[in-house]
Amino acid sequence: MTLQAPVPTPGAEPESVERAAKAELRHPASWLPTVKVTAGAFLTALVIGAVVIALSDDDVIESLKYFGTYPWDSFTRSWDAIWSSYSALVKGAVGSSNAIASTLDRSAPLICAGLGVTLAFRAGLFNIGAQGQLIIGALCAGYVGFTWNLPPFVHLVVALVAGLASGALWGAIPGFLKARTGAHEVITTIMFNYLAASVLIYALSHDTFQRPGSDNALSPKVDDSAAFPRLSIGGFDAHLGVLIALLAGAAAWWLLERSTWGFELRAVGANAHASRTAGMSVAKVYTLAMLLAGMLAGLAATMQVLGNQNSLSATLPGSIGFDAITVALLGRASPLGTVLAGLLFGAMSVGGVAMQAGAGTPKELTDVLQALIVLFVAAPALVKGMLRIKESGGGATVMAKGWGS
Amino acid sequence: MAVANAISDEGIVDVRDRTDIRRQAKLVSIFGLVLLALIAFYSRIDDFHIVYTLGERVIKDDPAKEINAQPIMIVGIVVAALALLLAAVNRVPKGALGALGYLLVGVAFFSGFIIWCYADQSGAFSVAIINPFPGTIRLATPLIFGAIAGCLCERAGVINIAIEGQFLMGAFFAAVASSMAYSAEMGLVGGILAGVAIAVLLGVFALRYQVNQVVLGVVLIALATGLTDFLLSQVPDDPDIKKYLNEPLILERVPISGLVNIPVIGPALFNQTILVYIMYASVVFVTLLLFQTTWGLRARSVGEHPKAADTVGIKVNRIRWQAVLLGGAFAGLGGAYFTVGSTGTFDSNASAGNGFIALAAVIMGRWNPVGATLASLLFGFCFTLQAQLAFLDKIPGELLRASPYLITVIAVAGSVGRVRPPAADGEPYQS
Amino acid sequence: MPVKLEIKGLTKKFGSFTANDHIDLTIEPGEIHCLLGENGAGKSTLMNMLYGLLDPTEGEILVDGEPVTFHSPSDAIAVGIGMVHQHFMLVPVFTVAENVMLGREQTSAPGVLSRTKASEFVHQLSERYGLQVDPSALVESLPVGAQQRVEILKALSNEAKVLILDEPTAVLTPQEIDELMDIMRSLKELGTSIIFITHKLREVRAVGDRISVIRRGKVVGTAPPTATEAELAEMMVGREVKLKVDKAPPKTGEVVLSVEGCTVVDPRGHQVVKDVSFEARAGEVLGIAGVQGNGQTELIKALLGLVRPDAGVIRLDGEDISRHGPRESLDDGIGYIPEDRSHDGYIGAFSVRENLILDLYRTDRFSRGPALRLDDIAANADHRIVEFDIRTESASTPVSSLSGGNQQKVVVAREFSRPLKVLVASQPTRGVDVGSIEFIHKRIISERDKGTAVIIVSTELDEIFALSDRIAVMYDGRIVDTVSPDIRREDIGLLMAGATPDKPEEVTV
Repeated sequence: MTLQAPVPTPGAEPESVERAAKAELRHPASWLPTVKVTAGAFLTALVIGAVVIALSDDDVIESLKYFGTYPWDSFTRSWDAIWSSYSALVKGAVGSSNAIASTLDRSAPLICAGLGVTLAFRAGLFNIGAQGQLIIGALCAGYVGFTWNLPPFVHLVVALVAGLASGALWGAIPGFLKARTGAHEVITTIMFNYLAASVLIYALSHDTFQRPGSDNALSPKVDDSAAFPRLSIGGFDAHLGVLIALLAGAAAWWLLERSTWGFELRAVGANAHASRTAGMSVAKVYTLAMLLAGMLAGLAATMQVLGNQNSLSATLPGSIGFDAITVALLGRASPLGTVLAGLLFGAMSVGGVAMQAGAGTPKELTDVLQALIVLFVAAPALVKGMLRIKESGGGATVMAKGWGS
Repeated sequence: MAVANAISDEGIVDVRDRTDIRRQAKLVSIFGLVLLALIAFYSRIDDFHIVYTLGERVIKDDPAKEINAQPIMIVGIVVAALALLLAAVNRVPKGALGALGYLLVGVAFFSGFIIWCYADQSGAFSVAIINPFPGTIRLATPLIFGAIAGCLCERAGVINIAIEGQFLMGAFFAAVASSMAYSAEMGLVGGILAGVAIAVLLGVFALRYQVNQVVLGVVLIALATGLTDFLLSQVPDDPDIKKYLNEPLILERVPISGLVNIPVIGPALFNQTILVYIMYASVVFVTLLLFQTTWGLRARSVGEHPKAADTVGIKVNRIRWQAVLLGGAFAGLGGAYFTVGSTGTFDSNASAGNGFIALAAVIMGRWNPVGATLASLLFGFCFTLQAQLAFLDKIPGELLRASPYLITVIAVAGSVGRVRPPAADGEPYQS
Repeated sequence: MPVKLEIKGLTKKFGSFTANDHIDLTIEPGEIHCLLGENGAGKSTLMNMLYGLLDPTEGEILVDGEPVTFHSPSDAIAVGIGMVHQHFMLVPVFTVAENVMLGREQTSAPGVLSRTKASEFVHQLSERYGLQVDPSALVESLPVGAQQRVEILKALSNEAKVLILDEPTAVLTPQEIDELMDIMRSLKELGTSIIFITHKLREVRAVGDRISVIRRGKVVGTAPPTATEAELAEMMVGREVKLKVDKAPPKTGEVVLSVEGCTVVDPRGHQVVKDVSFEARAGEVLGIAGVQGNGQTELIKALLGLVRPDAGVIRLDGEDISRHGPRESLDDGIGYIPEDRSHDGYIGAFSVRENLILDLYRTDRFSRGPALRLDDIAANADHRIVEFDIRTESASTPVSSLSGGNQQKVVVAREFSRPLKVLVASQPTRGVDVGSIEFIHKRIISERDKGTAVIIVSTELDEIFALSDRIAVMYDGRIVDTVSPDIRREDIGLLMAGATPDKPEEVTV
């Protein structure tokens, strides 16, 4: 994941070195094992999912009662159940332009929050706090969005900035605590998630955040002047945030791989002691990395609040902040990987709803599948053993440390 | 820097230790804040009369008693002022005497806070202060189970973030086992088995495949959450079937005759379910196991310096497996609390983040089962207080709700450096 | 009963690398057999096979003529082999008694520890072998010499007949080394065979009965203890070794760095550097000698701004830099070769190219605003790799996969790629092959001749003598004396053990 550097040929000019670098980046040996292991993990999870689908299907259970006499029945019915579930899932995710729009819409916040987790990972920090950062971002972006009166474009920008800045601040606190006191970020970010949830519920109990005419703890929608513009082409209809998420991925890549600050961040993540000896400020990197992580989670929040104009409620954040962790893990803490993983999990989540409606298989199955995929990706040796993949490599690149460091 | 480097007789240069300066600054500011808060409470109270009962609720046979709390308040202020004075001249004792001092200041602050909360009530009748300890023990029970599970694993060098996942699985399968067997006690067995199941996954991936244990824990929680939600959605709404799956019997309270009549702590400690009594025994068992037995010495050596253990012929990963599996059993029991130990039916996300609080208790308790138990009791106390103070409108409930999390952040941020985790915690070992 | 240990054709391969190549050795009952070899010659691999920590690829081990196979250390312990590891295998937070009994616990009932029995056992054991230790002391609170006694007792508690001592003298003062040699001789009297591993020639000649020399995984010969140092050195390295570095007399200039009354308190509240004052001049090498753990590490960290001194002033060209952090120190022109390079010197997961700019990435040479200049970074790497003879597959190879000597060359190349006023080199050649040692020493001297003030910290007296123009000796956090490199070894040994220069009779250890 570090910058793939070129092989120096004796007497080579810098230009040819640069070309060599690009060639090496594309060389299959560097990424093929990773792709194979990831695909293997995905397949394995699907197979386990298929067994679960079959075993939870009423017809199949029925047929098992006479398995001894007509075993074939069990197999055909299992196949029917599995096929109808998975085909409904795929169709629901990418089967129409409408479905693709939903998938993108669903993926955008996952990608943004996932990028936040990824950046923190590369600095050697395990950011479990995306959920809290997202809640605070949603709260502030929403507040600006439905209480302030500003001209259309200005309103959107101000609401966006409010979401980003508040998420960033919320994220920066655990980073700062880690830098100053050594408090482990896993514990503090978890606690900050609960604190954020408390803040949200507290805010929703106030009149400012109460939607007129509703008895539930539900806020108004943001004004149209603060909403993301929509992109509509034929049946495809999504908000602008989808594009912003992809841009965020590109920005994160540039920051990590091409900037001096990304160099510092990766250095601190790989060896904080050597980085400090080389004159870098570990405290600054920890704080800034978490600040950026929080900002990206805040961006994810604006997708929900300004993009889909959802109301603030206790259930608004859903599990995006936690799914972001699995997205970043599947993406192996690389920006490109995170974007792809976000798209995959977004598709699975949208497809899961269609699967429940179409084939009666509970949508929670996709949560199980996602956890299994990441579990297998984390243990490449297991996947390679099962699928007889021989290449070395494809191991996890995520760095997270125990309590001591 | 114009510090005189006088060399004393012992050959030590006479410079004041920075940690000592920091300690003084910290103590002065903390005690100062406590004193200010107490004075603020005092000045805002018009009528110092409050009502209280030693029972868990006000009943006819045990009516609430009234007391004038002004003297208590004044004593508290004096205690805080004295502590501040000692801190200002940097004469706060260290060790046990110091701990006693901190405890006194804590009690002073806490009583002042409670008095302020319950004084000057405007309603038709006064809400009484009730005995918070029975609730504390109840709510701390799952936390303690989770925390001692965490201590077991981490002392042997395996980080267990997945306590929350073990809770969820334990809660679900306790409900199923209890419903199927018509026996709340069988529910406990179901809980243990489910906790061990997650522990097996933890062991396979952490010990066999050497997956980063912090990452693994988070993934296992996601798996347990997804799995329990999936299984819950598979339980049909048909009441005839549901009663065999998710309508568990609940553990009955078993008062221990004689002991239960001790005032204040009797009903707290000895009027509980069998699960709570198992919890008491587990704390004692795990403490003795870790510190007084051959297995415990070996387990701790494996968590501190696995190679040293290996060189004297100890099978590092075998010991770690044993610790992880045993921990799984305790965490599963903790999970059982959320169904058969309290409300009965399993709901989505039944453990509501208690696993994370248990994890915080492990760290706050310095990887010691007794310390972790005390930390869990503190959290249980916060939860109980929050429930009780919700009847008063002095402070918003959400703020109280957030208090355990704030306490954790402050405790973890304030104690690092002085607290040392097992040296090889989270590091895979391959012999 | 003393045992005879034979090793026949023992071979260990790690992938394509052969660490031990058909090694034959015989350890006679009751002898002290020295195993001499450079760092990385394969001594530790051999011993780890003898102790059941590694499985041999080929060959066999015979105890009293019987072939044995070890699957784990417990098998080796069972036949009477004990090992004192270079990095002590002691649990720091356990007591001495707990450490000694670990694995063979003293119990009062099945499975229940008896700490009183364990203390008694340790007490008896220490009486029997004359090794004084307090059974109830926490190991982490003991000085290194005492920890080593615990490690020896632990091995002896298993009734060891053959004791392997792996580089036991690296952490000891000269006086403690003498004590250890007495212990070795008395153990031999009691019938224990000893395999003594070291790369220090003096020691093998002082205590050995027989000397086997290992080079590149092979036994290249055996010698009697009467062999000269030059003969042994040649066998060890494979060619005539120049123990001296060619250098001209220093052209000493102005004082560049001056330290006055520097005192450092560690986080546990102990004063580790006490009132240290010294000066370093342009164009000279100041050697700081001393046994490990006498405050050198902390003093250097204070110079670099990695810890802030609790008292005292550090001046660079007259300017007070005591409150500067590491980045300011770099900008001030202080170069640093840290003692633990994998910890502080380089980032193993980063490529050679990235490590070569680890503290230069924000200079205009390698960045343009927030963006890295990738072309210049690549060109710099190609240049340095040639200049410093860094043996690497490519500039994009992660530094962790390089050999120790080449890793150190990456660090040295980086530090020498900017103008320096002061160079601080801590253990610059630890764990480095002989070829790289000579290269690094030469570069350090040429840096001196450019007019840089050089400070060398080393626990190896040979290195101190080879490079220094003046030698400051540290003991217990102080500089006890500053001497010229003409001083006799024995005298500097006394200084390192804390004897004050005027009254050498007051030696206390």
